[in-house]
Order: sequence, then C-alpha cells, then structure tokens
Amino acid sequence: MTTDAPATRIGDDEGRGSAGPPAGLHVKHLLGIADLSPDDITLILDTADAMKEVGTRAIKKVPALRGKTVVNLFFEPSTRTRTSFEIAEKRLSADTLNIAASTSSVTKGETLADTVLNLEAMSPDMIVLRHAASGACHLLSRICRSRIINAGDGMHEHPTQALLDAFTIRERKRRIAGLKVAIVGDLLHSRVLRSNLLLLPKMGAQVWVSGPATLIPPGIERFGVRATWRIEEAVEGADVIMMLRIQRERMKGHFFPSAREYFKIFGLTAARARLAKPDAIIMHPGPMNRGVEIASEVADGPYSVILEQVANGVAVRMAVLYLLAGEVATEAMPA
Amino acid sequence: MPPVMDAERMGRTLTRIAHEILERNRGANEIAFVGVRTRGVPIAKRLAARIKEIAGVQVPTGALDITLYRDDLMRHAVGPQPLVRSTEIAFSIDDTKILLVDDVLYTGRTVRAALDALIDFGRPQSIQLVVLVDRGHRELPIKADYVGKNLPTSRQQSVQVRLEEIDGQDEVVIEGS
Repeated sequence: MTTDAPATRIGDDEGRGSAGPPAGLHVKHLLGIADLSPDDITLILDTADAMKEVGTRAIKKVPALRGKTVVNLFFEPSTRTRTSFEIAEKRLSADTLNIAASTSSVTKGETLADTVLNLEAMSPDMIVLRHAASGACHLLSRICRSRIINAGDGMHEHPTQALLDAFTIRERKRRIAGLKVAIVGDLLHSRVLRSNLLLLPKMGAQVWVSGPATLIPPGIERFGVRATWRIEEAVEGADVIMMLRIQRERMKGHFFPSAREYFKIFGLTAARARLAKPDAIIMHPGPMNRGVEIASEVADGPYSVILEQVANGVAVRMAVLYLLAGEVATEAMPA
Repeated sequence: MPPVMDAERMGRTLTRIAHEILERNRGANEIAFVGVRTRGVPIAKRLAARIKEIAGVQVPTGALDITLYRDDLMRHAVGPQPLVRSTEIAFSIDDTKILLVDDVLYTGRTVRAALDALIDFGRPQSIQLVVLVDRGHRELPIKADYVGKNLPTSRQQSVQVRLEEIDGQDEVVIEGS
C-alpha cells in the first residue's frame, strides 16, 4: 500500500485528475459564521453547488455519509430547518434521529448536558442542535466528541441560514461582493441577522439595516453596516432586500404600538420594493407574518426568492454535513 | 524523464480509439460518453469530436463527479474531504451504451465508484471503459475495453496526464523513481 495521506490517495492513484484536491474547513464544528473565513464560506457554497445537483436526479441519494448517525436535537419548534437538515442527511445516506425536547426527558428536568452525554454514549457522529439559550452549541462543543452543528442558538447565530442566504444571493446575482443588501425587521432578537451581519461584509457586500429604533441594537454599526430607521433609505437602490420576522415569542416588552402600524411604517409594500434596483431579489428566512413585515403581493411576486431559499437550504446543509464529517471516535476528548 | 506520450502521439491514439469504438459498437447509434471528472471529461469530448468527423454523428457527452461515491471518504482521521464538483449528464442513460472515459486506470477504485454513480442515474444497456493510460496494479476486478497505452509502473511512481484544456499542453509523463 502507498504511504500517501489517505485523503489524497485516490486522486494520486488515477493520475491526479479523477478527484478534486482535498478541501477543508478550518473548523471542527459549525458553531457560527464568526469562526469561518471567507475561504471556508466559499468552499461551503461551491460544495453546495454540486450538492444541489443531487436533488435533481431521479435517485436523490449519494452514499457519502453512509453509516454515519446524525441526531437532530431541537429544543425549539421548527419546520424548515429541521426538515431541511433531515432531507440533507438522508440524501447523503446518513441515519437520522429526530429528538424534539417536548417529548424527551427534558420535560422531566434533565439538563442539556446530561441529555447530550447520554446520547453520546450511543455514538452519534454529528449533532444538530437548536436551543433557546445563546451559546448552547459552544457548551456542547466543549463536552462532546460529536461534531456540533448550530441550527440556531437563542439570539446568537443561525449559521446555516446565513449560508443558504449567501448561496441564494450568489446564485441569483453571480457574486456577493459589491452588492447592496438591505435587512429590515426585528433586528434586536434575530439570530439570522447576526449571522448575516457576520457573513455579508466578510464576503464584501455593503449592508444596510432598518427597523423601529426600539428594535435596532445599539452599536450595530460596529459590524460594519449602516443603520437607519427609515426603511426607504435602506431599500433604495438595493440589490437584495431581506425581511426579518417580528419575533413575538422573544419579546419581553412593547417595541411598537401595533402590527398594523408596524406594517404601515416598516412593512415591505410593492411601492417600497420599487425603490430598489429593478432586478432586486426579495428574501425572507421564514416563517412569514404576511401583512406585518411583508405584503403578500411582494412575498408571492416575481422577485421573491423565498421558496428558492428553502430549496437551497437542503443543498447548503448537505455541503456542511459533508465537509464536517470524518472519523470522530479516534480523537482524544477535548480538554 | 522524457514524456511517455506527446501531443502528436496522443492525438493519434485518440483517433485510433475513436475508430475502435465505432468498430466494436457497429456505428455511433445508442452510444454516449460519460467522462470522469476531471481529466476524463476533455478526453470524452475529444473522442466525441473525432466520431463526429468520422461518422457524422454527434454523440451525447456528460461529466460525472465520483467524489461522493469514493470508498475512502470518512475513513481517515479528521481531515479535509475531497472537493466535490458537479455532475452534468443532460441525457437519459437508460438503454444506452455508456462509454465511461478516464485518463488513468490504476487500482480501479475510481471506476468502481463511477459504476455505482451511473447505476443511480439509470439502467444503461452496457458500460464500456475507455482509458488513455493503464498503469497496472489493479485492486479490483476491473478491465478497460479501450486502452490508449499500457504503461507498466511501480507503485512509487505516478502517472501525470496533462491536457491542453486543463494544463495548457498535451502530454503523459511518469514521475518518481
């Protein structure tokens, strides 16, 4: 047998041409966009391009993660993210386990750490975690052997959402650098926003954010973005408009008088959408409150890519799972 | 070490293979090329072009990325995964005689992966293997139907196929002792 590093073996075997060069993320877990370099992000998006093609085949399956076990551990409700991860895992031939906190022993008072350590005793390879507490994934990465993928932790980050947003933008606009992206809505409570604010400027986009003054976190300019409470200013000449949901379930106070007044001043109506570039795309991570942050005619209109985002989510999550997977059990426990 | 094959020789070899393909398949009907990424793809396209010149038929040509079917994925310690490129097969492969094209045949594992990938796309009538270079040392029971050149090598050596489309020139060289 050759003594080549295994990762390059087949490539060398068949004359260097049959497989691409080894490509690596510089992280062991996907805890947030904060840990990713622009090269990491580009690698994920490029891999997602190839993964998207798998979804167009008659047999939407490749054996890449065959025999690997992935646990989807969701402590908060989810439609899109959970099913998207599940489909991505199944397309890679992984074995999936869905655990919803409401039906687990968490209701008997078991802690997050205990829940996961007990699961780990059954040797899953990867854990996809969504939790209401910011930093939950970082905690797990310190006590677990499995790879951790953050599916949304509190108000902190939702990295796969930002990645699929970037993929959608890149697919539609052929690039991310130099675009004007306007993000409007509940900025204060949104982890999608935080991940996007870390990703978009890193990839060279110019970001404007807008919402009621009560929902704009102080100091947001430190992310390298422009903030305004006039939606028209943010949306004018934009290449991409991203609308965020009003996160009622995280609000512990009154941030605006009523949903109707919110829509009147900050809602994306057709008129406001026309202020953007003629070929601008309209995005929303979902779920949408129609008539609150976005008018139905805009959400369902020809410039909306909201459903494409959902489809792209599967491809991006396949890319993340593929790039993070690898032998786990042989490593020493982290200190 | 001088190149084992230069541009002119490569050209003649591909022309000969194109004729062999037409001979064994009694013409260009029902055949289609699928090139294994990366260097199998330009070779497949060149063969299709030669068949067009000889027989006047445009043979459909696709590109296959086998990275996700490799048998060595996930089997090594924490480390980078091979980069996945896209597969583009724009035609149905059912009941087609597929000509799988790659630059170098060595252990046969890439071809095994390509066969698994193709079966997921449909049910071909048959699959024939075209390689530019066969360097021996098979680890699986795989044999090429059309070979450009047989090149006995030692395991320490590596065979580099360079193509104009990717590397700027056509040649085949052996590297290592």
